[in-house]
Amino acid sequence: MRKLKAHKASHVRAYREENPYIRRFLIIVSLLFTLILLVLPLLSVLVQAFGSGFALFWKAVTNIFTIKALYLTGLCVTFAVIGNVLFGLSAAWALTRYRFKGQGILVTLIDLPFAISPIIAGLIFILTYGRLGWAHPFLDEHNIKIVFAIPGLIMATIFVTIPFVAREIIPVLTARGTDEEQAAVLMGAGFFRVFFQVTFPHIRWALLYSVILCAARAMGEFGAVSVVSGHLRGKTNTLPLHIEILYNEHHYREAFAVSAILVIASVLILTARSLVERLAKKEGPQ
Amino acid sequence: MFVELKKISKKFGNFEASKQVSFALPKGALAALLGPSGSGKTTILRMIAGLETPDAGEIIIDGQSVKDLPPSQRGIGFVFQNYALFRYMTVFDNIAFGLKTQKTPKSKIKERVFELLSLIGLDDLAKRYPAQLSGGQKQRVAFARALAPWPRILLLDEPFAAIDAKVRRELRAWLRRMISRLKITSVFVTHDQSEAIEVADRIIVTNEGRVEQTGSPIELYRSPATSFVARFIGESTVVSDCRALVGFENAPEGEGAVRPEFVSVYAQGEAVQFENSVQDGEIESLAFRGDALEVSVKVGAYSLGANYSLEKPPLAVGDQVKVLIYRLYAFESGRAVLISNNRLANGGAGYNFAI
Ligand SMILES: Nc1ncnc2c1ncn2[C@@H]1O[C@H](COP(=O)(O)OP(=O)(O)OP(=O)(O)O)[C@@H](O)[C@H]1O
Ligand SMILES: [Mg+2]
Repeated sequence: MRKLKAHKASHVRAYREENPYIRRFLIIVSLLFTLILLVLPLLSVLVQAFGSGFALFWKAVTNIFTIKALYLTGLCVTFAVIGNVLFGLSAAWALTRYRFKGQGILVTLIDLPFAISPIIAGLIFILTYGRLGWAHPFLDEHNIKIVFAIPGLIMATIFVTIPFVAREIIPVLTARGTDEEQAAVLMGAGFFRVFFQVTFPHIRWALLYSVILCAARAMGEFGAVSVVSGHLRGKTNTLPLHIEILYNEHHYREAFAVSAILVIASVLILTARSLVERLAKKEGPQ
Repeated sequence: MFVELKKISKKFGNFEASKQVSFALPKGALAALLGPSGSGKTTILRMIAGLETPDAGEIIIDGQSVKDLPPSQRGIGFVFQNYALFRYMTVFDNIAFGLKTQKTPKSKIKERVFELLSLIGLDDLAKRYPAQLSGGQKQRVAFARALAPWPRILLLDEPFAAIDAKVRRELRAWLRRMISRLKITSVFVTHDQSEAIEVADRIIVTNEGRVEQTGSPIELYRSPATSFVARFIGESTVVSDCRALVGFENAPEGEGAVRPEFVSVYAQGEAVQFENSVQDGEIESLAFRGDALEVSVKVGAYSLGANYSLEKPPLAVGDQVKVLIYRLYAFESGRAVLISNNRLANGGAGYNFAI
């Protein structure tokens, strides 16, 4: 018995002695990866962007096509966020508060956009609403343009971001249970009072957090949007598409300058995210 | 009768959570739904509140069927098992919630909330959040919140379950006082018989979705209608064969229950009045319970509980003793029948039975 204990203790000590090396190794690996894959490239984007002086950067950024692309990206992000919140809250509520047929299918389908390649997502829209798509005659008749137009860009962006809010809210609602809501209903509260006064406070941080992630993803979306865009400069080019075109046309400085906008926006979003995390933690479970 | 359930049935899928549940409570009653876990107590409570719809049967409150009445119109105050206080509202807003939905004027709300806060003795905590309250305080707030909109009936689901044993005793007494003062018809759920006996004036015993018996605590104790109640209420020992016990040779065949107060233990050499009515036993354990010893005595294959007066000769574990069983409940096709020791009945005329 005693022997066993002694053996155990020495084993623990040996492990502890090993620890500093493993520790150092693991830390170095993580830092190295971050440095090579993240920090250096990002810094070089900024260096390239501002390398030839602020004036040139400003000229590239205020170029009319850049501004139009920025506006379009903003539009896509806005609609993606709105669509996400509407869909996410509805789906989360329906899935956790009601029982209905097709519940299991809905749970699976919500994740589909994450699993599917964005280029497929884009092609789906072309095949449905494009010139050869089955919905095309109807759309054409009513003069609605989806593919190679702004609605297509928005729909593609919503498609690739749709799981964000739902995925974040469902576990929170499940964990919270329905007791508080039932208590409120018993006391005569209607749906909206229950939702905004009782349920919403529980999910507001998760909602904000997922909206931020959704915005980041929507802003950078390239694949699906690229397929449905048609690359009409000044018309259907979002920032990432605009950057690609600039780059392909060997306007490297402009490409980096416009990239800098996205990098800075990402940094801002990350800051907002950690701020939200901090605030949510501080408030804690009331 | 103020609250009446008539042949209520409820299925969840294929599972029958309530089978033909019927009972009635007069106005002002404080009733306990008592039964083991999974026996359907919460389901009954939720059907009264309207949170669950019965498949069949009728619920009548104050002479009116509540079938088409939505939960909020039934005049029910509900205290949930884990209180379900609104975590992001202050104590004040929690209690005021039901009044706000009724569009009560602000000044009236304030008056009512402070009236309830002083009733529950938490005047100073109006601005606290639920997370800043102790278990007992949360329970009181949940109680006040349920009472705020002047409900006709108060339903409480295991109101003491989440509270530690010491505070629980206090709260039981407190709740009893409050409810008898407010004279509100109340039903609470519990699976603790001592809680039901201590707090309620009527007990509804549930088992496997059925109501086994309804009655006052004393009625249930004295005359359990079913073998389940006889086992569940009191500290009975179940014996598999009544006829194996001396004096019960003519009892119905099969199981029975023996309560401690049905058993007398005589130490070696102690005078026994009716020699042929006793049997040999051996003391298995002793526990001091203030005014008496609680003993467990081995009789044949059974370990019977009994009380032993401190006035009598001292006992020790392992002592050989004489055991007299005055009576027992024999189970006859699900019913509990009280049977007396036949040798006493023959030879012990005039013996004073004390339950
Ligand atoms: N919504 C539901 N869906 C399916 N089964 C349910 C549902 N609600 C209750 N049941 C089942 O009905 C039975 C009775 O449940 P109920 O909650 O009424 O029991 P209880 O007496 O309150 O038990 P406890 O003391 O454990 O709270 C249980 O077996 C439970 O699994
Ligand atoms: Mg229950």
